[in-house]
Amino acid sequence: MQGIAIRLQDLRKSFGRTAAVAGVDLEIRDGEFFSMLGPSGSGKTTVLRLVAGFESPDQGRIELAGQEVTGLAPFERDVHTVFQDYALFPHMTVEQNVAYALKIRKVPKAERLARSREALAEVRLAGYGDRRPAQLSGGQRQRVALARALVGRPRVLLLDEPLGALDLKLREQMQSELKAIQREVGITFVFVTHDQEEALTMSDRIAVFDQGRIAQVGTPAEIYERPATPFVASFVGTSNLLDGEVARQVVGAPGTYNIRPEKIRVLKESAEADEPEHATATGTVADVVYLGDATRLLVDLDGGGRLTAVQQNLETSAEDVAAYRGTRVRLQWHRRHAVRLPS
Amino acid sequence: MASEAPATARGSGVRRLAGALHRRPRLRLALLLTGPLLWLVVLYLGSLAVLFASAFWTTDSFTSQVVKVWSTDNFHALVTTPVFREVIVRSVGVALAVTALCALIAFPVAFYTARVAPPRRRPLLVVAILTPLWASYLVKVYAWRLILSQGGLADWLLAPFGLSGPGFGLPATVLTLTYLWLPYMILPIHTALEQLPAQLLDASADLGARAGRTFRSVVLPMVLPSVAAGSVFTFSLSLGDYITVQIVGGKTQLIGNLVYSDIELNLPMAAALGTVPVVVIVLYLLAIRRTGALDSL
Repeated sequence: MQGIAIRLQDLRKSFGRTAAVAGVDLEIRDGEFFSMLGPSGSGKTTVLRLVAGFESPDQGRIELAGQEVTGLAPFERDVHTVFQDYALFPHMTVEQNVAYALKIRKVPKAERLARSREALAEVRLAGYGDRRPAQLSGGQRQRVALARALVGRPRVLLLDEPLGALDLKLREQMQSELKAIQREVGITFVFVTHDQEEALTMSDRIAVFDQGRIAQVGTPAEIYERPATPFVASFVGTSNLLDGEVARQVVGAPGTYNIRPEKIRVLKESAEADEPEHATATGTVADVVYLGDATRLLVDLDGGGRLTAVQQNLETSAEDVAAYRGTRVRLQWHRRHAVRLPS
Repeated sequence: MASEAPATARGSGVRRLAGALHRRPRLRLALLLTGPLLWLVVLYLGSLAVLFASAFWTTDSFTSQVVKVWSTDNFHALVTTPVFREVIVRSVGVALAVTALCALIAFPVAFYTARVAPPRRRPLLVVAILTPLWASYLVKVYAWRLILSQGGLADWLLAPFGLSGPGFGLPATVLTLTYLWLPYMILPIHTALEQLPAQLLDASADLGARAGRTFRSVVLPMVLPSVAAGSVFTFSLSLGDYITVQIVGGKTQLIGNLVYSDIELNLPMAAALGTVPVVVIVLYLLAIRRTGALDSL
């Protein structure tokens, strides 16, 4: 279907004795919003730096739009980066920062000016050209960094946890703006984050990193609904793992299973399963966490093991849910939501 | 409050005093600064004022006694006497040359110590740069005298190329002063380069800049204030020096030498000469202030 923007083959990189990237194969499509998700130290940022050319791999191959770039310097790659702490040049004005890439390419001054103004308008910072980075807020600096990386219209834009330093409200706003800008300019975005919610809401596809390797690649729905490993299940969303004897009893077959908390309904112990397709298990509520919009119940199953269930607070309030603690309940879920994980 | 204080009388006395001081910020400030301010105003600025005032006196040409009659003859002589003009221009030239040489040598050294050398070895290198400052000034200058003397190390090293050392004179003075003040230039540049975020260099390369371009557009503008800060040291130290030039300068005369030789015979003239470096350095500082270097001192 589409072209391939980035192809990584058996990419490896060690720092001293630690293998930061331990064999990564990956294809990122043209025009895709692609996220690399993982905890810190999982190798996602190192892969980004390898693609940008700041580090050179010990082994493996990096292709950009079909061309091998493995040994090329950063300035020879048609890739621009938005850095975690923005890395704006403090001695230049906002406009000089944005126009930097164009100046290096010897774009004539008038065009340079027009294009950097346009880029600043794209990130809703028109009129801020004469300020210094120090005079801007965190969110504004973030936009300048974005404009600076976008103005040269690179083949691929790399974003290294660009929203990490922003507060929650601003982050949510920037998430939707980033997504909108990406749709508008049509450039391939490779977005590194440790925030699973951010990855789920913004991405076309996600690669989940675990200890220098990719644990799973897929759409947000695939990653969330069908996690490939226990690690993916626990890192993306809240996991509810059942295995060994408990799995045999509750699910009816051996193996490791994951059930998302919101798929579980909490019923009275005496209740019957609604449909034959539903599985149930009884247990005691061990703990109740009031979340405002929802309540999280930790239930110790009679057969052993513990499941977390999330209930919307449609009718209930904080006082009601506090009374749940210690009560007997029956948990019910659709059988297809008990997802078997390859062990 | 008193009931909570420790039972000992001394303890409560100290506490009460501390409390009293806490409520009188002006008194605290006065106690802190009176001594140092007296020192600064009376001894430091006072002697500068006396120096400046005595430059307007004259001497009896027979007895060399100072005659306290006001006149601007000395300053007039400074401007009109060719020897004085020549020496002033030479002194400023030496200070500028030493500063330029220091900057040229210090930059690559600082770049190595701050960014290229393995991080664990960097503190050691800084110590190595500082060690010459622990040695006596005179020992170092006499070492240079030996190096530059006829048949000395410089001659011996240059002989295979059919050259000889600079001998004693103006070049030797500049060379020795450069050696003496180099650490004062390396240190600020080292600090600035060390604090330069690596991400800025990455970002520059990422946006298409080669090493040379990154150096000109990012590194140099960000480190320039520290070069200026270092130059304040090298410039003022060079301008005030009169010993090095006596030891390795041959017959070269700088402002300091004239002051030194006039101080017995014509104190007011020496004072007038002495104000020249002060004025030059004030002008230099004003020029440097425009670069923003003094903000980072």
